[in-house]
Amino acid sequence: MTLLSIRGLTKRFGAAEVLKGVDLEVNKGEVVSIIGASGSGKTTLLRCVNLLEDFDGGEIVLDDVAIGYVKRNGTRRRLGERELARQRAMTGMVFQSFNLFPHLTALGNVMLGLLKVRHMAKAEAKTLAMNWLSRVGLSDRAMHLPSQLSGGQQQRVAIARALAMDPKLVLLDEITSALDPELVGEVLDTIKSLAKEGTTMLIVTHEMRFARDVAHRTIFMDGGLIAEQGPSAKLFRNPGNARLKEFLKRANI
Amino acid sequence: MAYSFRFGVIEANLDNFLQGLLLGLALAFAAILIGTLIGLLCAFATTAKSRAPSRLVGIYVSAIRNTPLLVIVLFVYFALPQLGIRLGKLESFIFSLAIYSGAYLTEVFRAGLAGVPKGVVDAGRAIGLNGLQRALYVIMPIMWRNCLPALGTTFISLFKDTSLAAVIAVPELTYQARKLNTETFRVAEAWATASLLYLSTCLLIAAGLRQLERRFPKF
Ligand SMILES: Nc1ncnc2c1ncn2[C@@H]1O[C@H](COP(=O)(O)OP(=O)(O)O)[C@@H](O)[C@H]1O
Ligand SMILES: [Mg+2]
Repeated sequence: MTLLSIRGLTKRFGAAEVLKGVDLEVNKGEVVSIIGASGSGKTTLLRCVNLLEDFDGGEIVLDDVAIGYVKRNGTRRRLGERELARQRAMTGMVFQSFNLFPHLTALGNVMLGLLKVRHMAKAEAKTLAMNWLSRVGLSDRAMHLPSQLSGGQQQRVAIARALAMDPKLVLLDEITSALDPELVGEVLDTIKSLAKEGTTMLIVTHEMRFARDVAHRTIFMDGGLIAEQGPSAKLFRNPGNARLKEFLKRANI
Repeated sequence: MAYSFRFGVIEANLDNFLQGLLLGLALAFAAILIGTLIGLLCAFATTAKSRAPSRLVGIYVSAIRNTPLLVIVLFVYFALPQLGIRLGKLESFIFSLAIYSGAYLTEVFRAGLAGVPKGVVDAGRAIGLNGLQRALYVIMPIMWRNCLPALGTTFISLFKDTSLAAVIAVPELTYQARKLNTETFRVAEAWATASLLYLSTCLLIAAGLRQLERRFPKF
């Protein structure tokens, strides 16, 4: 069953066209990784899906609902802030730079959305948040502020914060790139376990081995377009696109 | 000829001085309250996508910051009635100090907002917080922490500025000192007392704000 369907997505920053007509389908329960050189538009693609950026053309359909815009009499109009907020809550996002709320504890970070967006009672939100913190192995750090946590721990809190909202789709943008090498493993293990449980994920990553081993499908982006895609095992073993070949050679996999 | 201090006259008028001091504190408090609202509104307005609010705020801030407070006070008190707006002395001064402090506080809050990491706000967006919720639960807590030190200095300076209310005969501390000065000619006693009261009050406020800053959660 198709969960996310992107058709002809275009996005400009000023004069520069950063996405030049991206088509992508993601099925429910599927893990799709996106690889590609820096500047190829991977982050922008994720940010469009999470409605953090507006986009110029094409459409993004999530769970059968076209998101971000309404079309009326042939003109398309960006939705209002409230409606955008509601739609954003359907997708979760984990950022390269963690972006935890610095003034809230690990627990507070996970609880905020549950309280204010899901309107849960405090006790219920706390139980659910503690559950997620323990799933990412951080029950004993619940009362710590982000500044008192290592990078790997912060990123796991960020994963718990996104997942606790029970999103239909989780977007992960190079979530290990800012981590010391010895902390990468703990974060990737967390993602692997989520993948096993059937969480639908769109993962931008520089960890080629991780993409090959965990993602059902891998997308190669080049210059704002999807240049090649296929089952991960096949794409890494037998790349067709010349630029992908070169990219993989340089990535040293 | 040596001046001989006679502080008996101060003792006799101490009530007036203390009442004057309290009135000054009350004026500052009211003006800062309104000024903080103005400052928050203006600072957030400058973060809007469209450029018009930014430009308006810019005009307001630079107009106020380039006009002496004394002139604003006199303008509001003497000129506004000519234009049909009649305010009492107290209201008139509070209004003047409020629009004045609003401009300075706008700048303080703007600096505080500039120190809120964009990614953290995006994270708030990503979990589905709407604009007001992001402002309340993500942006403002970080902003307050960022501007606490500057806020303290601004508050103290605004309290000192209440002395200008004397020129429109608001009976605050400076007015009381001047009154004693002209009525008794105990010039040195009057102004020494006023100075000491201003100084000790400012030091007390500063100490209180430092305590607050220390208690404010570090993150
Ligand atoms: N906010 C922005 N304003 C202007 N240009 C941007 C902005 N964000 C990204 N870009 C540009 O868009 C292109 C794609 O960026 P990005 O999506 O971050 O690529 P990737 O994540 O693949 O490295 C880059 O050339 C980048 O400079
Ligand atoms: Mg990127």
